[in-house]
Amino acid sequence: MSKVEFNKETGPREVFCGLTSIVWLHRRMPDAFFLVVGSRTCAHLIQSAAGVMIFAEPRFGTAILEEKDLAGLADAHEELDRVVNDLIARRPEIKTLFLVGSCPSEVIKLDLATVAEKLNKRFLGQVRFVNYSGSGIETTFTQGEDGALKALIPLMESSNEEKLLLVGTLANNVEDRFKKIFKNLGISNIESFPPRQSTELPKIGKNTKVLLTQPYLSDTVRDLKHRGCEIISAPFPLGIEGSTEWFLAAAKAFKINELKVHEIISPLINRAKLALESHKEILKGKRLFLLPESQLEISLARFLHNECEMDLVEVGTPYLNKDLMKEEINLLPDNTKIVEGQHIEKQLDRVRESNPDLVVCGMGLANPLEAEGISTKWSIEMVFSPIHGIDQAADLAGLFSKPLRRNQILTTKTLVTH
Amino acid sequence: MELTLWTYEGPPHVGAMRIASSMKDIHYVLHAPQGDTYADLLFTMIERRGQRPPVTYTTFQARDLGGDTAELVKKNIKEAVERFKPKTLLVGESCTAELIQDQPGALAKGMGFDMPIVNLELPAYSKKENWGASETFYQLTRTLLKEKVSSSEKISPLRWKELSRRPKVNILGPSLLGFRCRDDVIEIQRILSEQGIDTNVVAPLGASPDDIERLIDAEINICLYPEIAEASCEWLKRNFGMEYTNTIPIGIKNTIEFINEVHKKLDLPFTNKEELENKSKLPWYSKSVDSNYLTGKRVFIFGDGTHAIAAAKIAKEELGFEVVGLGTYSREMARQVRATAKDLNVEALITNNYLEVEDAMKKAAPELVLGTQMERHSAKRLGIPCSVISTPMHVQDVPARYSPQMGWEGANVIFDDWVHPLMMGLEEHLIDMFKHDFEFVDGHQSHLGHTATNTNNILNSDEKKGKNSKVGIIWTESGRAELTKVPFFVRGKVKTNTEKYAILRGIPEISDETLYDAKAYFS
Repeated sequence: MSKVEFNKETGPREVFCGLTSIVWLHRRMPDAFFLVVGSRTCAHLIQSAAGVMIFAEPRFGTAILEEKDLAGLADAHEELDRVVNDLIARRPEIKTLFLVGSCPSEVIKLDLATVAEKLNKRFLGQVRFVNYSGSGIETTFTQGEDGALKALIPLMESSNEEKLLLVGTLANNVEDRFKKIFKNLGISNIESFPPRQSTELPKIGKNTKVLLTQPYLSDTVRDLKHRGCEIISAPFPLGIEGSTEWFLAAAKAFKINELKVHEIISPLINRAKLALESHKEILKGKRLFLLPESQLEISLARFLHNECEMDLVEVGTPYLNKDLMKEEINLLPDNTKIVEGQHIEKQLDRVRESNPDLVVCGMGLANPLEAEGISTKWSIEMVFSPIHGIDQAADLAGLFSKPLRRNQILTTKTLVTH
Repeated sequence: MELTLWTYEGPPHVGAMRIASSMKDIHYVLHAPQGDTYADLLFTMIERRGQRPPVTYTTFQARDLGGDTAELVKKNIKEAVERFKPKTLLVGESCTAELIQDQPGALAKGMGFDMPIVNLELPAYSKKENWGASETFYQLTRTLLKEKVSSSEKISPLRWKELSRRPKVNILGPSLLGFRCRDDVIEIQRILSEQGIDTNVVAPLGASPDDIERLIDAEINICLYPEIAEASCEWLKRNFGMEYTNTIPIGIKNTIEFINEVHKKLDLPFTNKEELENKSKLPWYSKSVDSNYLTGKRVFIFGDGTHAIAAAKIAKEELGFEVVGLGTYSREMARQVRATAKDLNVEALITNNYLEVEDAMKKAAPELVLGTQMERHSAKRLGIPCSVISTPMHVQDVPARYSPQMGWEGANVIFDDWVHPLMMGLEEHLIDMFKHDFEFVDGHQSHLGHTATNTNNILNSDEKKGKNSKVGIIWTESGRAELTKVPFFVRGKVKTNTEKYAILRGIPEISDETLYDAKAYFS
């Protein structure tokens, strides 16, 4: 492990909660509905993060707890029953309904597991119910996906068939590219989790080799291990280096010759390096500060330093699973400062003191930092854009070079005034 | 429990944030779990604010719940006070913190600070954003002024005469995330100043706690947005005798009525009444011959109470439209909206469910929708032109240019904003009429997307479901052909009316003649 500097910080945090991940999960599984059991705050959070108005009727909603629900628990269960019945009558195409716990439902100890169990019996053969928590008291932003996937694992049948299982939501086009490359490598049995249809869950067992596409799936990994799956240790497929290592690790697990991997991906690498050049020109030597939010920060820091030659001032991460991040941390330059957790005020003090060229942060902080003259990139964009894989490396770099290029355009005098 | 896919208003603590963020030298410590910080982006993204809202979130986590969350609250309060040095501290909780009952307000008061502390109790499971904003502004005003209550005599609206100075008023209610508040304030101040009236304090927008303490230097209050300011105005009236205005100066008639009300309250001679008729271009533009085509345009209105009521009045009396639907999501304003609807002979729609609004919109078959950003999206789906008149809003409702809703310039803005989409509607009609001409270029797309010019759209949508019509009536070839010739924006209405007529008369098949019979019958 490289000599990375680990720090922990506690205090007020400026991060999304796990409910936010519904925004991409519902798109991944068009036959699923996500019903948050929570407050008006939960509903307002999701609609503010997701631009809900563009949907005629979104496939997520909130059963908003009211004063009378808080009076007695029995009532709340009956009320939830009623809401679910109405919902299923209105949306008969729904195949899986996720009951998503929130801060208030967790605090009043609303037992969504029992509710799901009852509903499963009643709607047997029509709709499946699973539950997980996306509450802010337990989860940060992308961790919501971890909860949703973990909740699906008990529904997955067992099979000893050898297969490669890609775990973590990917953009559909990126997923297709990966599958094509793996097929060229000679791995033919590839499945994805989450699948594109919630009812088409992959079967798993001791010959399932799991390759993670996202770094925020600690609980899912643990449960897959319990089901006998083998977890392939690799960095994450962001950038050329991460993706190459990721393919190599998969090939090794399937006993495929390393040379074959290089043979297949080297044209992609050459092409990607070429595409990366113009972005690197802008990013090179620029100082980067990543605030914690999406949990992708460590992988992004590795890519932006190793491949785009940016200098890392500080790499924030909401939480650190050293085991899962081992391969990534190994690739970081010496003396990288990783800060787990957050004290938003102290961290912003450090941002101002270090005066970086670019800050990766949440949407609440971007304009205030821009107003102070610091260029920013919203971290939420990383989870909505296809950024994985060798072919997307230049696009990923482009997300960071664009604000700097814009800043350059707006601050440089190009027209001579007479 | 209420199933909500989208909500017009946020929780009450977001209302409190609107007050805190609008003001200077205030800090709000909010006992809330992580995730609730999303509310910052409403201000930094929609309003493009270059400062973070002055809010410290305690962001407690599950592991804190086993320990001492009260200590966590105190630690955050202490740090926030040291760092931000506010002149007044607001302390409150969001929905989850309300359940764990740490009483952060009481904790703050026990910490020995010498600044005023406002303990905000905003019931998250029964109230909403505008109520939270109103209550916060009221509690703040009360906290900062309560000591002056007994020592003060009642303030006479005529005091300015005794003091031999121009009359002074406060403008109350404008806040961040309110609809065009920034520009409304400029417009109203300008109008008052022209009448020889000075503005004492504008609050909450841009005010500090010191300004709130100065409120009683004015003679009367202008209650510009009752959703936010009425409770405070009422308290100031009860305790200091300060009168406040009821007229909302949106539209020409209401602006003149507003100026009249202010003069009456202050006993100030109103000398330039005739001149006022010409301050805005709206009356002439509306009178000009080009506007003839506006007559009787069917308009559907939905928004917050204040803006919906004002829009209905302008639509009917100043532009000559026909109001075919009126509603609000503000339950606090339901009574007033119902009264206005009754005058207009429509039934008021009071709901927080946007799908109900969309259904009502569809049934009313309007030619123009005036609503919130949500109605803009619904109208787009239905292929109906729309103008946004109320919160909840979007980044585009905070335009770079000066564009108030109130006063003379507000009336100009309203004329343009409402009439331009309608002209586009007329253009749609032309596209529909002339699209079969050989000169017509195929690429001339409708700005409403394909919904508007998609001929026979309405019939087709029923056909897909395998039925000719909901009521089991058959449309013949000639009936169908005639229906496609009806302008798209009234096609739905014509179809419903014709079917209604067919049922009435027991006609099983609708031909082109039936269509004309029905037209004659309903006209």
